[in-house]
Amino acid sequence: MSEAQGPAGTFVIAQAGTPAPGTLPAESGVEIAVPPAEAHGGGFPPFDVHTFPSQLVWLAIAFGALYLLMSRIALPRIANILEERHDRIADDLEEAGKLKAESEAAAVAYEKALAGARNKAHGIATETRDKLTADAEASRKSLEAELSAKLAAAEQQIAATKTAAMSNVRGIAVDAAGAIVGELIGTVPAPGAVEAAVDTAIKS
Amino acid sequence: MASGTVIDPIHQFQIHKIVDLGAPGGVELAFTNSAAFMFGIVALVFFFLTFATRGRTLVPNRLQSLAELSYEFVASTVRSTAGNEGMKFFPLVFSLFIFVLTANFVGMIPYSFTVTSHLIVTAALALLVILTVIIYGFVRHGTHFLHLFVPSGVPAFLLPFMVVIELISFLSRPISLSLRLFANMLAGHIAMKVFAGFIVMMTSAGIAGWLGAVLPLAMVVALTALEFLVAFLQAYVFAVLTCIYLNDALHPGH
Repeated sequence: MSEAQGPAGTFVIAQAGTPAPGTLPAESGVEIAVPPAEAHGGGFPPFDVHTFPSQLVWLAIAFGALYLLMSRIALPRIANILEERHDRIADDLEEAGKLKAESEAAAVAYEKALAGARNKAHGIATETRDKLTADAEASRKSLEAELSAKLAAAEQQIAATKTAAMSNVRGIAVDAAGAIVGELIGTVPAPGAVEAAVDTAIKS
Repeated sequence: MASGTVIDPIHQFQIHKIVDLGAPGGVELAFTNSAAFMFGIVALVFFFLTFATRGRTLVPNRLQSLAELSYEFVASTVRSTAGNEGMKFFPLVFSLFIFVLTANFVGMIPYSFTVTSHLIVTAALALLVILTVIIYGFVRHGTHFLHLFVPSGVPAFLLPFMVVIELISFLSRPISLSLRLFANMLAGHIAMKVFAGFIVMMTSAGIAGWLGAVLPLAMVVALTALEFLVAFLQAYVFAVLTCIYLNDALHPGH
């Protein structure tokens, strides 16, 4: 506190060195209270009222300029950037959501188509199987009917043949029996008697 | 800094004239180092913010992030204390915050001048805040703004005392707002200068002094870190209190 600095002193010395006729009493009062001869001139600088008007004026101008620059130019600019980014992110998220919904819808549609195709294939398979089964059944039945008809016919034929054969056998037996009896007893029996006897023998 | 061995911790606060503008109307005016620093701060802030955002890139580079960070920091402070309605004062709060912050940080540069270490500057800023609160409060709410001083739910016989207390607390706001910032910047800078002075004084005392100077040197290093913290913190406190006071103007009912 003991040394006078060059620029420090100048302010107050300049004050004291301007003995303007219109000097205010207040100003001269301060000059007396703080004589320029003192080491630090203005005393404690933050309480030096001589500097107040200058500081206030320049602060008002500087801060006003800062306020205008901030509110008109700098802050809207940053706000713009932030808003743009915010919008872009929101847009991108929306787009992503839309694409996701689309892909989900596509997946659902695919599942549905797949299920439909599966059902259809199943239907076709069932139908074909049923049809084939029915065809097989029908052909089996007709074949069976044919076979049984053939069988019946054959049986009939056998029976007829058998009957015919049997009647031939009777005839032969009658002839043979007549001939045998004729040989044995020398007299040929009456055909009617032989037939009756053969019939009786066949029946027994 | 001093030409001799005597260190003057007050010298850094001296205001000297650069251009003397005489005394129009009996009020002496001059373009001083303080004014130069004020304009320097304004220019620095403006050019930083516009330069940093020159690219307007979607993905910000470092400088742009810093500019955006300062914007969002103040914006979130305003929103959280004064609500969305308070955003109409955002340019004011941002200007105050960035001005005080830059002034404090510029003051940390050796041989520079700290604008906010002068009471008249901090008082003017505090008055600006309080006048904004009062004027906006009356314009917006009319006499309803006076409800700020009449707390609700207080017994009738206590009301006069409460009103007086509220009035005093309201009037002390600009004083505390300005003194807090001023005193912090002043005291911190003086403390740093005093301890730095010890180093110079001890080193001039020979080898033993060189060894002894380690202590104040460590102290200065620690104080410098602390002062950077205080520089930011005081700007933040100033902005937050501004928001709280503006909130009163927006919502005078308690």
